[in-house]
Amino acid sequence: MSLELNIDELKKELEKKPWLIEELKKGPWPGFITEYERMAARKEITKRMMCQLELSYRNRTTLWKHGGAVTVKGYGGGVIGRYSMIPEIGPPSGSHTFRVNQPAGWFYKTDKLRAICEVWEKYGSGLMNLHGSTGDIILLGVDSPEVQECFENLLDVGYDLGGSGSVLRSLSCCKGPALCEWALIDTLDLYHDLTMTYQDYLHRPHWPYKFKIKISGCPNDCVAAKGRADLAVIGTWRDEIQIDQEEVRNYVKSGLDIEHIVKNCPTKAMSWDGNELKIDNKECVRCMYCINKMPKALKPGKDRGATLLLGGKATILHTAFIGWVIVPFMKIEKPYKELKELLEKMWDWWDEHGRYRERIGELVYRLGMNEFLRAVGLPAVPQMVWHPRNNPYIFWRPEELE
Amino acid sequence: MAQKVSKDYWSKIMRGPPYYGDMLHPILKKNYGKWKYHEHVKPGVVKYVAESGDVLYTVKAAIPKILSVDTVRVLCDIADKYSDGYLKFTSRHAAQFLITDESKIDPLIDELESKGFPVGGTGKSFKPIIHTIGWNHCHTAIYDAPGLAKAISDELFEYWKKPDLPAKLKIALACCLNMCGAIHCSDIAIVGLHRTPPVVDDEIVSKFCEIPSTIAGCPTFALKPKVLGPGKRSIEVDPKKCMGCGNCYSVCPGMKIFNPKYDCLSIWVGGKIPDSKTPPKFSRLIIPYVPNNPPRWPEVTEIVKKIVDLWRKHARPDERIGEWIERIGWERFFKLAGLEFTEKHIDTYLFSVRDFRSSTQFKWE
Ligand code: SF4
Ligand code: SF4
Ligand code: SF4
Ligand code: SF4
Repeated sequence: MSLELNIDELKKELEKKPWLIEELKKGPWPGFITEYERMAARKEITKRMMCQLELSYRNRTTLWKHGGAVTVKGYGGGVIGRYSMIPEIGPPSGSHTFRVNQPAGWFYKTDKLRAICEVWEKYGSGLMNLHGSTGDIILLGVDSPEVQECFENLLDVGYDLGGSGSVLRSLSCCKGPALCEWALIDTLDLYHDLTMTYQDYLHRPHWPYKFKIKISGCPNDCVAAKGRADLAVIGTWRDEIQIDQEEVRNYVKSGLDIEHIVKNCPTKAMSWDGNELKIDNKECVRCMYCINKMPKALKPGKDRGATLLLGGKATILHTAFIGWVIVPFMKIEKPYKELKELLEKMWDWWDEHGRYRERIGELVYRLGMNEFLRAVGLPAVPQMVWHPRNNPYIFWRPEELE
Repeated sequence: MAQKVSKDYWSKIMRGPPYYGDMLHPILKKNYGKWKYHEHVKPGVVKYVAESGDVLYTVKAAIPKILSVDTVRVLCDIADKYSDGYLKFTSRHAAQFLITDESKIDPLIDELESKGFPVGGTGKSFKPIIHTIGWNHCHTAIYDAPGLAKAISDELFEYWKKPDLPAKLKIALACCLNMCGAIHCSDIAIVGLHRTPPVVDDEIVSKFCEIPSTIAGCPTFALKPKVLGPGKRSIEVDPKKCMGCGNCYSVCPGMKIFNPKYDCLSIWVGGKIPDSKTPPKFSRLIIPYVPNNPPRWPEVTEIVKKIVDLWRKHARPDERIGEWIERIGWERFFKLAGLEFTEKHIDTYLFSVRDFRSSTQFKWE
């Protein structure tokens, strides 16, 4: 960084009032500066975090250093080490982050939330996110000597850490059958079952890099699984959309523009004759649009399961990927044997061939979908691609020649 | 760590998250998997009806992204008072209260509003911004995503309150090119960028970094080893090859990529995730440089507001920003928005050719 950090100068900057961050107290959206102020009044670490934040605003730069290794006993992840570049002003002995694994679907009983507040007020900054991007409860800022004891107190009130580093990251799932009529799989149970089955993968690094699983109950994909999960499990169906014609007519009577919906169907699978809505289910690609528009009248079909997509990830390093289909339809029923077997085969293959910091989607890109499919025993089907290949550079194995 | 652990420690760890079944309001447990339909009641309020005939209302409120335990306790108090001690958080980090008694809805809304948690965000509205942690707590943050999120949310506040946009509006921010939170499929995305190559701090590189893997990790082969003296090595950067991805800094603190003078923000639009109507899409670059101007980034909020206004004016009902732009064509979007199209908008990385227009079909404006 080209910035020269002169502690005395920085201290003087802090004397200049008003602070820049106070500008963020203006406006109708709930802001976070008052949250700092509340905790800074009684926690030294938070006061120091706040001073440092103000200096970041003044100097237009982060003032955090690379994380050092900070762990709790028996785990390889879940705590992210964070140290100040200016410990004379910011937190002097670390300001680490706890990722705490959230209950499925982010449902809470208030006593459970109060319990975590109590622990966090005692040991940490008292600041948190409900929730972080991955889905965990994020506890922001605890100093090194408190880490282990804080963790044990979290265990005692019924929480555990989430994943960080090269592990199975905390899963996430939509509210599913608890509060959504469109849930085609039991997202919450699948979330909890996989999380409990793979505790060891979640807490102890085994792999080249991170692995994310996200579960959405239907193609609306409310947890954005396709965009960022190494494995996205998206509820879907294979039979006919259920129609209640009376309710369709009621929608139309109350002013719904049904022609507009019919026109917007991506495959033109719908027609409306003024009295009855017809759906040609062979043409329907189950995009959810019409169902979203008429929840009282239309329902997904009854033969339910999930589509699995592989490889979603953010840009770093070889471009962002949106997950692609590897299994068009799988029944998702307890104890989820088929899904678990597939996951374990995928992990073995990735573990064997993946390079340092290579996500599974990048590995598939490097070695080829055919290698992947063969390794995990999945058949190639047209639902996996937009169109077949357009170049003749095909790999033939000797046994395929005769 | 030298500290002792408690006796039963090893039997307590790996207990997993709290069991969701214990976190569900009784009405959710009773009607689990048996919800029939839902309907929009008014901004922030949705009515759910179960096959059993049970009715539940959800009330959605915005909360600060960084919360103090005090504020979490206030939310708990409200949930105790109105929703039987249960609440949930949405996938975009709003709080949701579960009401079985219709007469409690308005008092709840009043209490939420008076305590600073505005109710809204249902239907075709502006959703809470997904963002990263920025200068608050990350070592690679170019700008402060929580601060910018607050500034943009103030600007778009009326659309939180009033669901009359053409479709949902999902904005996401990432304070560096790591882009955590996978913001690359958002209606509007804002990403911090480096415009200068890393400045190598030989001292730190030689002492703390694994030189071969740092060099191998550069996607554009801009790095090579440099000998400083006997047994002392560092890294040399070819500035012409560096695209500022920051990967070398991620693995080696001596590759000082930060440059507060030149680092900037960039604006991307048109991404989406749900499969409704059209498949998921990536957000695309519209502005490669906007100054990093805390505490409220006025240049950015102005552009965001302008894009939202254009979309409101021109889109058809149910069109997300990307669907609208693809219908009219990017060439027309640039014209309408008065944006300059430059070589920076044309991909130069791995998959560039798939974006090039291999056709004589295009519009002039
Ligand atoms: S993803 Fe589908 S099932 Fe899940 S909450 Fe969203 S709409 Fe409901
Ligand atoms: S779900 Fe989508 S594709 Fe199927 S009929 Fe409805 S709008 Fe058409
Ligand atoms: S986007 Fe970059 S700077 Fe922001 S939190 Fe993620 S890694 Fe840190
Ligand atoms: S910033 Fe990226 S492109 Fe530039 S030298 Fe570092 S790794 Fe290479």
